[in-house]
Amino acid sequence: MSQPPLVQLTSRPPKERARLTVNREEREVLIAPQATLLEVLREELALTGTKHGCELGECGTCTVLLDGLPILSCLELALACQGRSVVTVEGMAGGPRLHPLQDAFVELGAAQCGYCTPGFLLASSALLKENPSPTRDEIKAALAGNLCRCTGYLKIYEAVELAAARMRGEPAVPRRESLYGHD
Amino acid sequence: MATTSVPGVSGVPVPSEAVNGLHVVGTARPKVDAAAKVTGQTLFADDLVLPRMLWCKLLRSPHPHARIRRIDTSAALAHPGVSAVITGRDLPTPYGILPVSQDEHALCPELVRFIGDPVAAVAAVDEDTALAATHLIEVEYETLKTIDSVAEAAAHPAPQLHDYADSGNLHKLVHLQFGDLDEGFARAEVTREDLFFYEGNTHLAMEQHAALAHCGPDGRVTLWTSSQTPHYVHRALAKVLGLPPTRIRVVATPNGGGFGGKSDPFSHEIAVAKLAMVTGRPVKICLTREEVFYCHRGRHPVLMKSRIGVTKDGAITALDFESYVDGGAYGSYGVASTYYTGALQTVTYDVPVYRFKGVRAFTNKPPCGPKRGHGTPQPRFALEVQLDKVAEQLAIDPAELRLRHLVQPNTVTANYLRVGTIALGQCIEKVVAGSEWKSRFRRLPYGRGLGLACSSYITGAGLPIYWNDMPHSAVQLKCDRGGGVTVFCGSTDIGQGSDSILAYIVAEVLGLEPEVIRVLTADTDLTPVDLGSYSSRVTLMTGQAAIQAAERARAIIAAAVGTKLGVSSEQVGFGGGRVFDVGDPERGMTFAEAVVLTEAATGLIGSVGSYKPPTGAGKFRGAGVGPSPAYSYSAAVAEVEVDPETGIVQVPRIWIAHDIGRAINPALVMGQVEGSVYMGLGEALMEEMSYRENRRVIHKFPSMLEYKSPTTLEMCDVVTYLVENPEPNGPFGAKEAGQGPLLPVMPAVANAIYDAVGVRIDEVPMSPPKVRKAIQAKAAGGEPRFGPRGTPSILWPEALYVPTAAQGGDGRAATRPAAAK
Repeated sequence: MSQPPLVQLTSRPPKERARLTVNREEREVLIAPQATLLEVLREELALTGTKHGCELGECGTCTVLLDGLPILSCLELALACQGRSVVTVEGMAGGPRLHPLQDAFVELGAAQCGYCTPGFLLASSALLKENPSPTRDEIKAALAGNLCRCTGYLKIYEAVELAAARMRGEPAVPRRESLYGHD
Repeated sequence: MATTSVPGVSGVPVPSEAVNGLHVVGTARPKVDAAAKVTGQTLFADDLVLPRMLWCKLLRSPHPHARIRRIDTSAALAHPGVSAVITGRDLPTPYGILPVSQDEHALCPELVRFIGDPVAAVAAVDEDTALAATHLIEVEYETLKTIDSVAEAAAHPAPQLHDYADSGNLHKLVHLQFGDLDEGFARAEVTREDLFFYEGNTHLAMEQHAALAHCGPDGRVTLWTSSQTPHYVHRALAKVLGLPPTRIRVVATPNGGGFGGKSDPFSHEIAVAKLAMVTGRPVKICLTREEVFYCHRGRHPVLMKSRIGVTKDGAITALDFESYVDGGAYGSYGVASTYYTGALQTVTYDVPVYRFKGVRAFTNKPPCGPKRGHGTPQPRFALEVQLDKVAEQLAIDPAELRLRHLVQPNTVTANYLRVGTIALGQCIEKVVAGSEWKSRFRRLPYGRGLGLACSSYITGAGLPIYWNDMPHSAVQLKCDRGGGVTVFCGSTDIGQGSDSILAYIVAEVLGLEPEVIRVLTADTDLTPVDLGSYSSRVTLMTGQAAIQAAERARAIIAAAVGTKLGVSSEQVGFGGGRVFDVGDPERGMTFAEAVVLTEAATGLIGSVGSYKPPTGAGKFRGAGVGPSPAYSYSAAVAEVEVDPETGIVQVPRIWIAHDIGRAINPALVMGQVEGSVYMGLGEALMEEMSYRENRRVIHKFPSMLEYKSPTTLEMCDVVTYLVENPEPNGPFGAKEAGQGPLLPVMPAVANAIYDAVGVRIDEVPMSPPKVRKAIQAKAAGGEPRFGPRGTPSILWPEALYVPTAAQGGDGRAATRPAAAK
């Protein structure tokens, strides 16, 4: 038994010149019509902070912000993002200092292997922009599309809560039992 | 907010016992690589790009079992953009992680053994072109009969998947007996026999496996790969590529999750290395998620029969355990996995007499291997559920039954495992108190329940995979004139924080802050060998090696500084970034000045440390699996809510206590414990590597959408207790945390379901249809249970009989006395 060749994969349409706004910078790129935003970010713009776990829209790992809303960059055609604003983890802080969410993820150990982390950070930042005081259940709902296999999500929830408090201007530190366990 | 002088996470008070004499160990602090990870700057394997880089794609078998009659790669080679196409003819040498299972080929030369077995590899200018070219490869297959289960493997010795199997398609047959079984069961007042089945599942690390190979003009090959075991990949590459190890460099990139799934040398790693040699250009591959499911090496499906004898007090008099292990198409770690299904039953509660029979079958499915807990979650599920049944039968509280019969510290078990420290009793007491067990167990309304289970896990294996007398882990230190220290170690950070542990330990010994320690790991050219991130070995073994290296550097510096200060080197102290006279701490210098002084006096400061575990007590064949420098212990209580109409089980909360020995960084231990509970919950409720009913060797759903794993909506609350009871064999008393806390979760959930609705689910995962069927069976007056009903017929070999220490045994096998047969 032999396999028939897939002819459609062997002939490809030419790339198109396009302008994307990525992390507040305008970038000019050549984009294949079928290229996803994920591919263009990673392979054309070398923004490898955006990761991928399935490239089928199942895991949330490739989450970026498009006009402030979290989207799956593996399902978004890059050409459809012309004239829109894309923010990746590299542009999240907007300067040398970490974003409060990034700080909180560091302090609580919410990033273990760190692979799903960029997606969680961006999804969380979109949540906090819309809802500065989310309940635990609201955090769970907002992050339900992102899979993490290391943390069990708990430190991620706590980090979002910690960052939210600080972004509201409250002095907040991690709870002792989060770092040392219960007595 | 109270603070201490010890810097950890800012503003969080450090427990005073942690401060006591130690300035780094015991304090919660961020990982050394945390900032890189939250900014997307950590470079994983697929993030790497080299100039002139080609992309690789593998052509995989669409058949579960077939002979390759012909491969024609000419059309693929002629395709524009294709640089090279290789097949099994180009990589004829077999390999495998275990010396006894060298049964894999990077590309199948003759037989394909599962859907997804690689047969050819293409290197092309980009990924799409490589993929298109794989479709131009013509392969003619002659399909063969498939083997889909242990039962079928036992019934059909032919066609054989591998000719080295112990018998037909039975890869491995084990039969060990410790002590006089008949006498043990004769002492029992209650004997029960139960059957359990634990379905296979997979790691599902978020990062797909990826590798990049480069072959320089000097002919040296470098491979960057998301591997937990660069040392073993190095060995496999040398063997298969036919190159001396000195011409190969393997760098393990930070792993985007491992959980055991990146512990074997893989075909794609060898293929890109070969393609780099053939083309003279860098070659990269990143597997699709579907391919990751085919790589698998996940949890073995295991059918188990456990016969247990107990006194009315609940003391175990004998345990007779059988494992039927479905191995998949290749050996992988399977021989060890099979032994592990019979090894650790003895280290929690006293088991004076023990027999284990295990069989691993070859089947035409993706190969199983080591997943978090490696071979021990299955038997632990069986034992802990069976003990719950025993407690019910004897009308003893399950927590009380366990507390009465704990293994005592510093004992040798019936199967010759040396238990050092054990704080399982404290763990049980913590979760019993936290969950209000005594007032709520068997007292909650119908549909709600509590269940308790315990477990133990090794802190590193006593033997290396390739038996030799060399260290299992080694560390080199370099002190530089600026006061920094660089730690070189072959260990691989898979997210658990092994890089950080090296920094903390060296900082502790040298009186420095972890921020001035640089860590360089997982590079076979630059770092001394550490065997890899598996078997929960890394903190203990690299930690001990790091302590030795740091103490040696400290001694060199102390000698020079002592001379300068006019005191003996024993009088030289290290702390707060200074080196000083302990009798007059004002007299001294900064660490950087001490390094300059020492280097001027005696030359460059360099030191090494290494670690090899103590030898095991058992001397019989098979005694290599199970011994460990230290065993961790965990206890868990799960609370469940069962909907009797749908069978849906929800878990609102799990209380877990873990005997960590001592937490080097409690925050990292918390992460490991919570992550273990999460992964255990997924296994308990939903995760299964299952195959289609009608054609049982076709994967049901090789995708993340259909392979169910817990999202934020299914994850439970976790109340964690870290129990500290320093272990003399561990660095600063530390034991493992990465695997053990997973183990009690599945049986705790099963026992809680029984408390909630009175049915036994003797099978993992405890998915809604199974729970519903058991509830319906109970309502209809049938057996209130869902689980397996029989075991396949196996022709077991004669038992290897090992008299126990209590019988005067010395750990060697003996001729069994006639009376004991």
